[in-house]
Amino acid sequence: MKITPVLHNTRIHNPHGFRLSLWEKMHLDLPLLLGLVLLIGLGMLILYSAGGKSLMFLSQQAMRLSLAAGIMIGLAQIPPQSYRTWAPWLYTVGVVLLIAVLVLGVIGKGAQRWLNLGLFRFQPSELLKLALPMLLAWYFSDRPLPPKLTQIALATIFILIPAALVAKQPDLGTAILIAGAGFCVLLLAGISWRLLLGLIATIIAIAPLSWHFLKEYQRQRVLTFLDPERDPLGSGYHIIQSKIAIGSGGLFGKGWLQGTQSHLNFLPEHATDFIFAVCGEEFGLMGGIVLLSIYAFIIIRGLQIAIRAQDTFSRLLAGSLALSFFLYIFINIGMVSGLLPVVGVPLPLVSYGGTSMVTLMASFGILMSIQTHRRLVAS
Amino acid sequence: MRFWFAIIFLMLIASGLIWRMVYLMVLNRDFLLDQSNARVLRVVDIPAYRGMIVDRNSKPLAVSTPVDSVWINPTQFSAEPQDLTELCRLLGIPLIDLQQRLRQDPEREFMYLKRRINPALAAQVKGLNIPGIYLQREYRRYYPEGEIAAHILGFTNIDDQGQEGLELAYNDWLRGVPGKKQVIKDRLGHIIANLKVLKEPQPGHDLMLSIDRRIQYMAYRELKDAVEKYKAASGSVIVVDVKTGEVLAMVNQPSYNPNNRPQEHDGRYRNRAITDVFEPGSTAKAFSVANAFMYGNFTPETPINTNPGWMSIEGKVVRDIHNNGAIDVTRVLQKSSNIGVTKLTLAVPPDSLWNTLHRLGFGQPTAVNFPGESSGFLPFHKNWHPFTLATLSFGYGFSVTNLQLVQAYTTLAASGIKRPLSLLKIDTPKTGEQIIDAKVARQVLTMLETVLEEGGGAIRANVPGYIVAGKTGTVRIVGPHGYDPHRHIGFFVGIAPAANPRLAISVMINDPRSGGYYGGIVAAPVFSKVMAGALRVMEVPPEVQQ
Repeated sequence: MKITPVLHNTRIHNPHGFRLSLWEKMHLDLPLLLGLVLLIGLGMLILYSAGGKSLMFLSQQAMRLSLAAGIMIGLAQIPPQSYRTWAPWLYTVGVVLLIAVLVLGVIGKGAQRWLNLGLFRFQPSELLKLALPMLLAWYFSDRPLPPKLTQIALATIFILIPAALVAKQPDLGTAILIAGAGFCVLLLAGISWRLLLGLIATIIAIAPLSWHFLKEYQRQRVLTFLDPERDPLGSGYHIIQSKIAIGSGGLFGKGWLQGTQSHLNFLPEHATDFIFAVCGEEFGLMGGIVLLSIYAFIIIRGLQIAIRAQDTFSRLLAGSLALSFFLYIFINIGMVSGLLPVVGVPLPLVSYGGTSMVTLMASFGILMSIQTHRRLVAS
Repeated sequence: MRFWFAIIFLMLIASGLIWRMVYLMVLNRDFLLDQSNARVLRVVDIPAYRGMIVDRNSKPLAVSTPVDSVWINPTQFSAEPQDLTELCRLLGIPLIDLQQRLRQDPEREFMYLKRRINPALAAQVKGLNIPGIYLQREYRRYYPEGEIAAHILGFTNIDDQGQEGLELAYNDWLRGVPGKKQVIKDRLGHIIANLKVLKEPQPGHDLMLSIDRRIQYMAYRELKDAVEKYKAASGSVIVVDVKTGEVLAMVNQPSYNPNNRPQEHDGRYRNRAITDVFEPGSTAKAFSVANAFMYGNFTPETPINTNPGWMSIEGKVVRDIHNNGAIDVTRVLQKSSNIGVTKLTLAVPPDSLWNTLHRLGFGQPTAVNFPGESSGFLPFHKNWHPFTLATLSFGYGFSVTNLQLVQAYTTLAASGIKRPLSLLKIDTPKTGEQIIDAKVARQVLTMLETVLEEGGGAIRANVPGYIVAGKTGTVRIVGPHGYDPHRHIGFFVGIAPAANPRLAISVMINDPRSGGYYGGIVAAPVFSKVMAGALRVMEVPPEVQQ
């Protein structure tokens, strides 16, 4: 462990007296914040339509957002070094809680995901979305990069433990996101291309074997993905209605609040996982591209923060968080537009619902912390 | 380096997503848009306005009023407290009830709040602009006369189709052709928006009946009083315009309120005047006498010996109630002598009476075209045994409906010309068919006047200011063991004014249990009151000074 003592300072180390903007003093990153505000603004617009023009619906989402924003601002104040120190503990606690969920977890929507803490329900899998990349970043931060094969193997085990536990719940979407976040760190830590290709080849090779480990409903989803028309009224219903919603939007869409698929209840889950279909139906290709551009802006800013980060832990963590965000979007839109099988992944910061939103905003808080706790050195 | 690889990799994946969107939204757009429209665009019927049924003076008897039903989708329903209170006030439902119903089943997506409210109120409800609240246009059939004309009019079902009575008989004329419109429906099939009208609905036609609402009302009131007074099982009254054959009134007891139909099917839905048959008894004697006059050499003054009050035919006995001794034909009718009409009938060709009765319309449906009409029963025999003929002559051995009976008396009143009866208003009377010689018809009418005189059986049928010709009848009801000695049908059929007949009325009281059962007792007073009122309504001037 070689930790520069100066980094323990919670305030920005500024020995040369650079002028700091108000934002930087508050440990907020203005471009990221701007991107988030734009995204949430557009998201609210879509959600108002998808939620049946209900202001109550919207205000609930706004309340969740403000809670999540509070968490983001709070986490931005904590210097990255603290995260580094906590990383092993967060990970351990997270895995223990995941086991606890499996043992004692309350049944919700047929899956065991929550831990009832009396006051509120806590989803340990969300914690792992942050704790796993933190752990791996911590693990690789004081080792020479690129990592050795044994280290990669150990890291893979770190990834597979929580991913398997979450998949067991069963929550395939979150498991994929957790594993994805972990592999992002591996990728950024520098796996050789040969190894990467080998890994991909192995995954493809064992994919048919994994068929036996899938739950019946997960098999249905894969079959449906391959041919939605085989059960148009059952498992294929979601994806058919969703494709129709997106496709019928055309270049400029049917207009805000004019989507028939969502407003007339043909599109299921149109306020949550399938909200992108509402965006596509009402705002068309243009709307989709605008939404993707905002996402791209946020991701690029996240990667920029990673590039500029001054230590390996921060760099790996920031890069992994930005790439996880990308993974979210890719999986959700891929699923809604019929490119990927249906897994329960919400469209980040647009879908109605609280748990993933808090995690996402927390990751942006960490990104902001990494950006604003840099040592400013005149080069 | 690695970051740039990563970014290029991300760009590739992002362009994959964008390509997918282009694929769906541009290349596949037409197909998917068709699919979208196929899910929501529907062609539905626009209900056509059902024609009115009016009486002969254009007074409404059955009208279709537009009404709206208010329903909500509880999953979408959300109202500000003051809006909710206002909604409950408008619809007249307690707030607590509504809240409870919403709590009970919040997953439901369709719930009626109130059905069939008037459109002005519905517009106010719509004006509240509460999400999740919807209106549904319907037509409600309303019968202003209620139970008074229930049997003639019948009723419609929830789909506005005639089920009974004239609503059924003239359904095609009344109902019109539904239009078509294109609408947007949601997944549950609720109409969300009207896009365009493809075909305008064609409203149904109005139907003008021959019924006169005022006479109908009087007949109903008097019949109901009599049925209650004599504790009868049922009854019916028919009023016919002699000049045209139009039915001016047709009422039955028991009846029902078509605006709020009872669930019991205890026979109150039956238009008894048309569906129920009975033996006409003494009322048929007028036709036996007319037949004897046409085929034999008789006059009202021809003497007939009815001593000793009974006679034997083929070993069977025909009786009168009293021994009337030697009387003329007029008295035979006045005293309703079975022996008298038997002797007259046996003196003319045996199949002539059946022919006359048949030509008068017995044993076959009338021309009113009413659903469920009974034809009655007039048996034909190749060889007429004298006793069979005798029973036929005094009204036994065949069955008739009240409508057939009044039709035959109408024919008698119209100088023997039979015109088709009609429940619809007739502008120019149809040319009828001569059934009974005009001279004979006149003679029979004159003889029938004596029935209402001192010594006849129907003093109570008299109408002040007019001379009435008529005939009573009292028959035993056929029970499970032949004729039941304690149960009777009493009736009276009459014509006024006798000299220039305008109206024929037939009154039937079935199974009176208290206060008498003779037609002259139970039916004659009803006749008198209805005839008096109907003559006044028809503005027939009185002929005799009081």
